[in-house]
Amino acid sequence: MLTVLLVVIILNFLMLHLAPGDIADTIAATMGGADEKDMIQLRTEYGLDQPFFIQLFQYVIKVAMLDLGNSHFYNMPVFDLIMERLPATLLLVFSAQIVSLSLGILLGVYAAQNPNGLSSLFVNMLSLFGYAAPVFWTGILLLIAFSLYIPIFPVAGMRDVTIESDNFFVHAFDVARHLFLPMITLASIFLAYYSRLCRASMLEVLGADFVRTAKAKGLSQRDILMKHALKNSLSPVITFAGLSFSAVVSGAILVETVYSWPGLGTLAFNSIIARDTPVLLGILIFSTLMVTVGNLLTDMVLRSIDPRIQGSQ
Amino acid sequence: MSHLDEQEEIQAKPSREMVGVFLRSYSALTGLIILIAVSIMGFIGPIFYTIDPFDMVWMPFSPPGADGYLLGTDYLGRDILSQIINGARVSIAIGFAAASVSCFIGVGIGAFAGFYGGWIEEILMRITEFFQVLPTLLFAMVIVALFGSSVLSITVAIGAVSWASVARITRSEFLRIKELDFVQASKASGSSDLNLIFLVILPNAAAPIIVQSALLVGAAITFEAGLAFLGLSDPNVVSWGQVIGANRTYILDATYTVTFPGIAIFVTVLAISLVGDGLNDALNPKLRSR
Repeated sequence: MLTVLLVVIILNFLMLHLAPGDIADTIAATMGGADEKDMIQLRTEYGLDQPFFIQLFQYVIKVAMLDLGNSHFYNMPVFDLIMERLPATLLLVFSAQIVSLSLGILLGVYAAQNPNGLSSLFVNMLSLFGYAAPVFWTGILLLIAFSLYIPIFPVAGMRDVTIESDNFFVHAFDVARHLFLPMITLASIFLAYYSRLCRASMLEVLGADFVRTAKAKGLSQRDILMKHALKNSLSPVITFAGLSFSAVVSGAILVETVYSWPGLGTLAFNSIIARDTPVLLGILIFSTLMVTVGNLLTDMVLRSIDPRIQGSQ
Repeated sequence: MSHLDEQEEIQAKPSREMVGVFLRSYSALTGLIILIAVSIMGFIGPIFYTIDPFDMVWMPFSPPGADGYLLGTDYLGRDILSQIINGARVSIAIGFAAASVSCFIGVGIGAFAGFYGGWIEEILMRITEFFQVLPTLLFAMVIVALFGSSVLSITVAIGAVSWASVARITRSEFLRIKELDFVQASKASGSSDLNLIFLVILPNAAAPIIVQSALLVGAAITFEAGLAFLGLSDPNVVSWGQVIGANRTYILDATYTVTFPGIAIFVTVLAISLVGDGLNDALNPKLRSR
C-alpha cells in the first residue's frame, strides 16, 4: 500500500517535471511577466535549480508531511481543500459499491435459478447497457427524468440550505435524498457487471457435486441456494468488486460533475478549468489512497467469507 | 515449400469455420454492420452533409426537426447532426488508436513477464498491479491537463492507462503456452527469444488478446467521451463527448443536445461489444457449447 502511494507521488513528480513549463513560469504568468533575473531567483527559491534526484527527494518528503502545496484558485492549502471534499466522495463511492454489490448478487442468484429465463435475459441486457452507456450520459438522462419531468429528486448539490432544523435525522434524510440519483447512476454500471458475474459463478457452483449432495439429502431449495451455493459463488464477485474500486472512483468523478456533488470529482473538474495543477495532483494521490483502502477492506471481507484464503495473498 | 503449404491448409480450415461461427451469430453480425455504418458515416458522411460542425448556422436551441435541422442546434446555434457525423470520425479513430496503444504496451509487458518469469515477471506484474489500482480517469486527466489537450496526447493518455487487463491476459496465456511441446521443439532447434515470443507463442495466444482488445476499443470511446465531457478535448476537432460536455449547462432547457450524441456513443459501443462477444464465441471453441 505504501509502495503504491510512493509510486504515485514519484509519478506525479515525473509528470510535473516532464510537462512544459514549471512553477516559476506559472507564478511569472500570474504576476504578469518577470524578467530573467526574477525568474532565476524564483527558481532558486523553489529549488528548481537543484539536481533531479534532490528535487524528487524533496517533493516526496513534502508530500509525506502532507504538504501538497497551495491552490492558487481557492487560495488555500490543497490538503485542507481535499479534506473538506473527501467525505462527500467517500459517501458516494462506498454507498454505490454496497448498493450495486448487494443488488447485483440478488439479481445474479435469481437469474441463475433460471439460466434461460427472462431474468437471465435481463441480466445480459443490463450488462450490455452497463458497458455501453457512458456513466455521465446515464446520469444526465436520470437527472432529466427524475428532476425535470418528474421532480421528485433535487437537481444538484448535497444539502438543501433552506432547511432550518437541529434534528440530525432531518439533515440525514436531506443528504440521502440528494445522494439517491448520483448513487443509482454510479451503481447502475457496476450492478451490471456484478449481476452477470454472480450469475455465471452461481451457475458453475450449482453444477458442483456438493450441491447435488445437498439436494440428495433433501434440503429445501432455499437452503441449498443461500447456505451452500451462494457462499461458494461469492468470492469471485467480491474479488471483482475489489478490483473495480479504481473504476468506481473514476466513475464517481464523472457522476459528481453531472450532479454537482461537492466531492473530489467536482473539485477536479473545477481545477482543470482553473488550471490548478497542485489540486489535481493532490486528488490523484488521495483517490489512489481511497482505492487501496477499498482493496484492503475487500480482502478483509473475502477472508471472512472464505476461510480458505489466508496469509498475505 | 510444400511443407509450408500443408501447414497453411491445416490452419485455413478452422479459420473459415470461425468466420462462419461469427457470421451465424446474429448479434455479432448486427454489431459489425452498425460499426461499419457508423464508420462510413464518420469518414464519408461529411462529403455529403457539408454543414460545418463549428459554424453557427441557425438560432441557438432550435428543437429537432424545426427549420430543416434534423437534430436541432446547440447553445451556439451549431447543427447537432453535423457534430454527430463529424464526431464519429474522431471518436472512432481515438477509440481504435488508443486501444492499439494499450494493446501494444499490454502485450509487450505481458509477453516478457510470462516468457522470462523470475524477477522480470515480478517487476512487470507489480507495475501492472499498480495500474489496476490507479484511478485511470484521474490519471489520464492529469496527463492531458499537463501536456495539453491535443488528439495525440488524449490518445496516448487513454492508451497508457488502460493496458493492465491485456498484460494480465497475455501473461497467463504465455505461462500456459510456453510449456507446450511445439515451443520446446522450437527452442531446441535454436530459435532466439524474440523469435519464440513474437513468432511462436504470440500467434497462439492471440485469440483472447484480440477479444480483450475489441472490448478496449469500446472502453476507449467512452473514456474519450468522459474526458471530453470534463472539458479535456482537442478544441480543434469535434467529438461526441465534447458535444455533451459543451451543452451540459443547458440540459434542462434543451435535453436533445445531450440525448443524441449520447445515443451515438451508446449504439457504437454496444455494437463493438456485440462484435467482441461474437469474436469470443468464434475464437474460443471451448465456450461454444454454452
